[in-house]
Amino acid sequence: MAVDENTVRRIAHLARIAVTDEEVPHLQSELNAILSFVAQLDAVDVSNVEPMTSVLPMALRQRADVMNDGGYADRIVANAPQTEDNYFVVPKVVE
Amino acid sequence: MNAPVATHNLIKGATGDWEIVIGMEIHAQVLSQSKLFSGASTEFGGAPNDHVSLVDAAFPGMLPVINAECVAQAVRTGLGLKAKINLRSVFDRKNYFYPDLPQGYQISQYKDPIVGEGEVIVDVPDGRQIVVGIERLHLEQDAGKSIHDLSPGASLVDLNRSGVALMEIVSRPDMRSSEEAKAYVTKLRTILRYLGTCDGDMDKGSLRADVNVSVRRPGEALGTRCEIKNVNSIRFIGQAIEYEARRQIGVLEDGGTIDQETRLFDANKGETRSMRSKEEAHDYRYFPDPDLLPLTFEQAFVNGLATGLPELPDAKKARFVSDYGLSAYDAGVLVAERETADFFEEVAKARDGKAAANWVINELFGRLNKEGLTVATSPVSAHQLGAVIDLIGEKVISGKIAKDLFEIVWTEGGDPRAIVEERGLKQVTDTGAIEAAVDAIIAGNPDKVEQVKLKPTLLGWFVGQVMKSTGGKANPQALNDILKDKLGIE
Repeated sequence: MAVDENTVRRIAHLARIAVTDEEVPHLQSELNAILSFVAQLDAVDVSNVEPMTSVLPMALRQRADVMNDGGYADRIVANAPQTEDNYFVVPKVVE
Repeated sequence: MNAPVATHNLIKGATGDWEIVIGMEIHAQVLSQSKLFSGASTEFGGAPNDHVSLVDAAFPGMLPVINAECVAQAVRTGLGLKAKINLRSVFDRKNYFYPDLPQGYQISQYKDPIVGEGEVIVDVPDGRQIVVGIERLHLEQDAGKSIHDLSPGASLVDLNRSGVALMEIVSRPDMRSSEEAKAYVTKLRTILRYLGTCDGDMDKGSLRADVNVSVRRPGEALGTRCEIKNVNSIRFIGQAIEYEARRQIGVLEDGGTIDQETRLFDANKGETRSMRSKEEAHDYRYFPDPDLLPLTFEQAFVNGLATGLPELPDAKKARFVSDYGLSAYDAGVLVAERETADFFEEVAKARDGKAAANWVINELFGRLNKEGLTVATSPVSAHQLGAVIDLIGEKVISGKIAKDLFEIVWTEGGDPRAIVEERGLKQVTDTGAIEAAVDAIIAGNPDKVEQVKLKPTLLGWFVGQVMKSTGGKANPQALNDILKDKLGIE
């Protein structure tokens, strides 16, 4: 699998990373280098192997349904560039 | 599989008949104290960003820990939908950017949902019953809320809802009309409320629907569908489907093609319109969330939850039909809400079920609807209504007086039996007293006595007169017999 220039632009846009036209060929070759490195794994037949989700044989820990957090709106919005009555204020987004 | 086309659902276009095909994704907020992956409150409302933990606001380094009750609620819902419960499921990240999604992704389930295939039996208002297949149910986080009308140049973001657990319930495209779609949502809502896994409050956004609509010529392959996002009332779901189906038929009949797209329902205009901005966002790049291991549990856990499930509407309805002899329609009306069904059973206890259903549905519901009340706020208790029915059964009062008595109990309260005593509402079964009243009417109206011999239907006039003179308390059957006898008609 190899990526073309349009794919690079598309991925960058989806990740909201500004990429200039000059940067695209460089990023494309870097991505393709990574992909071809990883592609070595294709040599191994894993058709009968379940995907590994963790290196440790443990189950997902669950917590009891108890309300024990929140109540500090001032801390939640403390780092926001703009706030109003503990709301985050962002540029208008409306359909 | 091509099911036979049901002709009653077809809609006429300019160039022939069309069939609507509808599938739905329902987002149902899970009833729990705290959020899916954090300990912040799920309570509706609250001051801005007050019910938010550092996890919900996606502060760096915060890790999600799953709420065991939300898992149980999803399993209960799956059982209520007669669905396959998956003992192993996986959480994935669904990536997109929006101001009310601080993580930049929603934790959801993609390939391996907690609940697999199931079904819902739906009663359509025209009397038909359809089965709507459930494709899956998965757990996911709700997003925050953007408010656009408080500030002219800006949107305000409140994350109180961010991270609340949602169950996304995906149906198969098994509905063929807006009526069927509305009946499906109604039924699903009833099941969720019986289970206690979602309050079903559409006004508060606890239940929201994305509706997939396409049209086709009867018997042909599925057409291209459009998805109408976030329709928040059952009535709007119907309107959105009607509008969208006619729009698509219009485009196709003019020789055009349908673009698969996301559309928004405008409740003010009653129409759907394209949401172009959502198009590119459809590349969600799902991948397993590295912060969460697969969710696993034993079959014994599922069995334990199954044991604790309440009687569900379908079973309750069947029992009402078989045990109380109710019609399927009446039973359906009574089981639509659990509180209503409980009220009915209280009234019907050791009484005639049909009479109880009749009084609950026709008299009580009629009156409650008129006053905007529910069984929970009803001024007439099940005990009082039961006493009224007993008095009719014992022939102490007539059906007509019973309605007056109901009215008295509704407005003034009190024990129906005592009211009947105090106000002398007992019906007269003493034939001597009735005969005297009949004689008086006959004596005073010789002309009518002549007429009734030629026109027996005039008997009703005599009944009315005697009832008037006895204050409606004459036993109707006894009165009829005596009148016929004295007037010499069969």
